[in-house]
Amino acid sequence: MTRYVLTRLGQAAVVLWAAFTISFVILFLLPSDPVSMAADSSGQGVAVDQAALDQLRARYGLDQSVWVQYWTSLTNALRGDFGTSISTGQSVTDAIFSALPSTLVLATTALVLAVLFGVAIAFFATYTRKRWLANLLFSLPPLGVAVPTFWVGLILLQLFSFRLHIFPAFGDKGFATVILPAITLAIPTGAVIAQVLTTSLQSTLRSPHVETAYAKGASRWRVQTRHALRLASIPAFTIAGVLVGTLLAGSVVVETVFSRAGVGRLTQTSVMAQDIPVVQGVVVFASLVFVLVNLAVDLFYPLIDPRIIQTKKSHTEKSNIESSTDLEPAHV
Amino acid sequence: MSSPSFGARKRATVIAGIGAVTVLGTVLAGCSSNGSDSAADAGPAQSGGTLRYGLSQAPTCADPAQAGSNQTVYVTRTVVDSLTDQNPDTGEITPWLAKSWEISPDAASFTFVLRDDATFSDGTPVTADSVKKTFDSVKNLGPNASLAKSYLSAYTGTDVVDAHTAKINFSGPNVQFLQATSTPQLGILADSTTALASEQRCPGAAVIASGPFVYTDWQQDKSVKIAKRAGYNWASDAVAHQGEAYLDGVDFTVVPESGVRAGSVASGQLDAVSDALPQDAPQIEGAGGRILTRPNPGVSFFFQPNVSRGVLADQAVRQAIIPAINRQELVDTVLDPSFFPATSPLAHTTPLYSDESSVVTYDADKSAKLLDAAGWKTGSDGIREKDGQKLTFSVTFSPVFSGNQAILELVQQQLKKVGVDLQLNLVSNGEWTEKGVSGDYDSLYYNSTRADADILRASFSTEGRNLNRRGADPELDKVLTDQLAATDNGQRGELVSTAQELILDRGLSIPTIELSQAIGAGSSVQDLNFEASSRLQFYDAWLSGK
Repeated sequence: MTRYVLTRLGQAAVVLWAAFTISFVILFLLPSDPVSMAADSSGQGVAVDQAALDQLRARYGLDQSVWVQYWTSLTNALRGDFGTSISTGQSVTDAIFSALPSTLVLATTALVLAVLFGVAIAFFATYTRKRWLANLLFSLPPLGVAVPTFWVGLILLQLFSFRLHIFPAFGDKGFATVILPAITLAIPTGAVIAQVLTTSLQSTLRSPHVETAYAKGASRWRVQTRHALRLASIPAFTIAGVLVGTLLAGSVVVETVFSRAGVGRLTQTSVMAQDIPVVQGVVVFASLVFVLVNLAVDLFYPLIDPRIIQTKKSHTEKSNIESSTDLEPAHV
Repeated sequence: MSSPSFGARKRATVIAGIGAVTVLGTVLAGCSSNGSDSAADAGPAQSGGTLRYGLSQAPTCADPAQAGSNQTVYVTRTVVDSLTDQNPDTGEITPWLAKSWEISPDAASFTFVLRDDATFSDGTPVTADSVKKTFDSVKNLGPNASLAKSYLSAYTGTDVVDAHTAKINFSGPNVQFLQATSTPQLGILADSTTALASEQRCPGAAVIASGPFVYTDWQQDKSVKIAKRAGYNWASDAVAHQGEAYLDGVDFTVVPESGVRAGSVASGQLDAVSDALPQDAPQIEGAGGRILTRPNPGVSFFFQPNVSRGVLADQAVRQAIIPAINRQELVDTVLDPSFFPATSPLAHTTPLYSDESSVVTYDADKSAKLLDAAGWKTGSDGIREKDGQKLTFSVTFSPVFSGNQAILELVQQQLKKVGVDLQLNLVSNGEWTEKGVSGDYDSLYYNSTRADADILRASFSTEGRNLNRRGADPELDKVLTDQLAATDNGQRGELVSTAQELILDRGLSIPTIELSQAIGAGSSVQDLNFEASSRLQFYDAWLSGK
């Protein structure tokens, strides 16, 4: 168990380092430099003399060799210092932490809604005996993934804010402002949950222990709620990392449409302005969240299903948590 | 769930939205209704009320000296006063913090006599020493202060002659500085602000100035609140009233999506918004609001040819393209009546603009004749060629203005009619800036806003970035330099007029259209006016029915 935990922690560190390095390389390879972009923030071709630009590059250490820049930013990042934003002068950690509460509220509300949508769709799609209803429910998850979040957000705004005046159209003050964006963000997330859960429910319902439950005289409702759903939700639980990714990616669009100053919009504006320190900070932050969620899942999972560690011991070279999720649990 | 009209509007909003989300540069656009904000039917101005304003982008920094984008300037302009102001109708420079000034005969030093009753919001007086500290601090600011830095590029220092007299010195003639003193970038700040380092000046609480409003809340990337300053009594001569501002305050909120801004005005959740796109106008006007517009002064949108390579190295080709563009068609087809066809390298709201519409006109026959005479013969595919070289060039542009792509697509068709092949090269804002530095382009397409004719020198002289990549041109270089030393406005006007003629004659500018600002305003918003650089000033604004 200790070895398993240490391996997982080591992998998490490597993922973080890789995210940092890849984002550094990509940003370094971009054709323009952030200083001239910030200097021309009006986008109107203001002539800035070269001496002033050089002075500014030196200020942000952009005049040094790529290795020095990489080493400096990596060691600073290890101390939690991502520098200051080139376009606002704000410290990157401050910028992320002041954007964080808004995104947390949005993502948590959206996740709760998504779980409700997802479980309800998967449950009734497999429970119902009416073919047309099952088909309708089966078609919802692909639709939820395919429909543009942006478009859904605007439709909801048009109807519930501009027409019916029920919810405010923008901002992040108070719970009323979070409802429409959370619904918008819950649609793609809920669709993913529904898809995974439907598949695993279908296979669980065909498994021997379900038949045993029937044989013992349990009703369909009882079998599906007590036996099947509990087991089928284990694979769904392992995609938590993917869900967090979906939520973070969705927040970029949702926070822009609903004018929320969260991490998603910070990402969008800093990418547009090529504000390298902020983009790096956001990338590392997002990977940190992703890694932590996956780590929690990885560490929690063996407690539910001890075979994971045993499997690891028997096939030491290559076995990962994803492939283990496909295992059919053999007991209730 | 929807009536037919609702469905139609929804579609328009979605299209508008896609534009705004993908573009998200400084999206500037104009709208259908024309003219300025007339309060004739709203009665006399009333005090009170807080105006709720939707910005299209987050202001980057609370410090006026570090304001570049329009959205940042809208906010910072409210808290800071400048030495002078500029009358938006006449372009004339008028007193503000300075009650009078004198320019040395060599135009290299400017002596301002300050009024003695102005104070900063921390209670300290506005003195010649504040002026010195404000200007001295600019060179240590970050990249956002590029405008302030460019206005002060030849600055050598300020002499504090007495408590209220400041003499500002430059290493050479610098007539443009007088207009520059009217901009918010060179607004006068209190010692407690100028003593701070660049980044520390960005939160609202750090900025102390003498303007009619003060910052009360600054949430980076989210919102800004300003409240009127009690006892303010030193407004400039270029605004409509004196004394305190009418509004109790303004709440600025960042609303990046254009369809959401328009919907918020129409549904009464906001009073006014930035960058109302043409497709948003019906929604705002349908709810009793209107679109306020003003053309930007400065250099109109134009092709700036790289004369060092390709077919645009041929001056005859450059001259022939000017009359090949039907500018009225650009306005009528792609834009709306708030936009104007360009009639000179300078937009018509720029002081010292001269009407060059005899040259900047649509005349396809003239264009064809010029090309024929220069030896460019129509080939089998309709594109002209000479010595085996096709008459083709590319234009590098960014989506900084949402209409750019549609305009250039239409220009492409117009040029094809005279046998010129135009290739469109759309790049990001950052890449555009980089191309300008590297010189890897046939032509660039952009505009520049400045309410002073010195923008011609910044855009067309060889001493700046020289985006034309041209060599020396004694006749043109002389007028561009001399206008900076001409303290007499009449004399300067002649030089600037000659410069506009020569720039067109050399084919260094192929103008298309003038940019316009478009603000969506609800029915209760009165006298929300534009200043001389077509940025908003909230000092005269008031709310009716509050």
